[in-house]
Amino acid sequence: MLSRISTYLYKTPKLVLALLLVPPMLYMGVVYLGSLFALLINSFYSIDDFSGIIVREFTLKTYAQIFYPANLEIFMRTAGMAAAVTVVDALFAFPLAYYIAKFAAPRLKTWLIIAVTIPLWSSYLVRVYAWKLILAKEGILSWFINLFGLGGVLDWLLSIPEIGGSSLSLSPIGMFIAFSYIWLPYMIIPIQTALERVPASLIEASGDLGAKPFQTFRSVILPLAFPGVVAGSIFTFSLTLGDFIVPLSLGNSKYFIGQAVYSYQGTAGNVPLAAAMTMGPVVIMIVYLLIARKLGAFDAL
Amino acid sequence: MRSNSTDSTRPKATLGLKLAAFGTILFLYGPMLVIFLYTFTPEEATYTFPLPGFTTKWYGVALFERPDLWRALILSVQVAGISTLVALILGTLAAAAVYRSNFFGRESISFLLILPIALPGIVTGIALRTAIGGLDIPFSFWTIVIGHATFCVVVVYNNVLARFRRMSGSVIEASMDLGANSFQTFRYVVLPNIATALLAGGMLAFALSFDEVIVTTFTAGQQTTLPIWIFSQLVRPRDRPVTNVVATIVILITLLPIFFAQKLSADSSDTEGGSK
Repeated sequence: MLSRISTYLYKTPKLVLALLLVPPMLYMGVVYLGSLFALLINSFYSIDDFSGIIVREFTLKTYAQIFYPANLEIFMRTAGMAAAVTVVDALFAFPLAYYIAKFAAPRLKTWLIIAVTIPLWSSYLVRVYAWKLILAKEGILSWFINLFGLGGVLDWLLSIPEIGGSSLSLSPIGMFIAFSYIWLPYMIIPIQTALERVPASLIEASGDLGAKPFQTFRSVILPLAFPGVVAGSIFTFSLTLGDFIVPLSLGNSKYFIGQAVYSYQGTAGNVPLAAAMTMGPVVIMIVYLLIARKLGAFDAL
Repeated sequence: MRSNSTDSTRPKATLGLKLAAFGTILFLYGPMLVIFLYTFTPEEATYTFPLPGFTTKWYGVALFERPDLWRALILSVQVAGISTLVALILGTLAAAAVYRSNFFGRESISFLLILPIALPGIVTGIALRTAIGGLDIPFSFWTIVIGHATFCVVVVYNNVLARFRRMSGSVIEASMDLGANSFQTFRYVVLPNIATALLAGGMLAFALSFDEVIVTTFTAGQQTTLPIWIFSQLVRPRDRPVTNVVATIVILITLLPIFFAQKLSADSSDTEGGSK
């Protein structure tokens, strides 16, 4: 019996393909894409201002609300944060990526890659939590800052209205530090991958032609690593845009996109506006991905 | 590719670069060590540093006096286990389909599978919440699993597909030629070949699910998974020292499977499952 089924399957590869494909496609196509579609539909609904009930009629009213100054400000603030985090991560990721790709011996290299990849996959929430401890007013970072007599500098930084706050653990500066920390591995790996592909002969040729090590670095290595930086920035940018855990735990009363979506959807019960605001990061990411593809970033993924 | 001659001519890193590189590694792990350090603080109300004393009592409190934590832990393990199981089945099926035949839309399958981790988690979360709420399905254990499985499938898929591509198709043909039927071939030839890829993908999926919080906040009803519990402590700290113990446990539970998955992949030079 089993062998007859087996023979039948062998003779009908199309049926086998269908049997293999139907379950995952049913799940991802229907459940996941269906949900995204439901979200899209909801962004075209609106909420009745008086009753707070969702009006299920097509309207662009909700999208218009995104352009209210308060909401635009949220978008600008979040995009600014995402850009700052991306730049700092690129700077901090480079030395380690460069070392792994070009200098580390094979065994050490394997270990270093594992060491970078572990925090990329694990303990996201716990790693945010760590900064709650470190940045606390009475915490370890303040202690070090005061040890070096820099308490005044910290107070001055915290007094700047747009980025400051009552303490590091309740301010945009603190959020910026935490974001840069948690997304750093996402920048290291693509840069390392891109650098890995720079042929050693090219670097030797540059040296043979009389370039000093720094010149080689600047004119040969850096341009070839750039697609890796762009690939990494896809993650740092996208992840910062949609995050609400960091703003909720380390931020102050100034909203970020993820946080706004979270509260519109939750306490405010305004699902259409939450849905419309989510489309913001989606559109930004699609545009970003298209630009990144032009810059050759996908080869470095 | 890498020959011994390039090894011997490998350039030496400057001291500055070495310091920067290893400094970055320290920076990646330092904050986790700070949490571990704080599990020993006797101070309950603040995060005072230096620690005002030393105690190990919070481990006892977390282990023996907090049944709510145990319930959260067990729930998280159950969710991660079932999500991983779903991901193993769906991911392997998709990888097999993409590997064995060329069909219309094949390229878009990878794209569709990677979407849940390419888009910000909040998009997946709120989309599922809208759909589930719209269908009047009550939020439960199973809605959490549905959410987690969406982003777990891709890690299994990537690992298994990479393994299929390195496995030579002639092995399967040989098995069939020698008289094995499809099921026997799967059981005795295909499965042993992809076993470590399944293990690596499964462990990654488990770890991803175990500490997921963003999608879970949207797809959970009254259920409190361990990450949801930690998140509530992040926003309103009530049990600071116990949270430190829980955070340390979460680090260990997610770090170990990822370490072994990475090690497995490195040893068999597979992909580690794409990027998150």
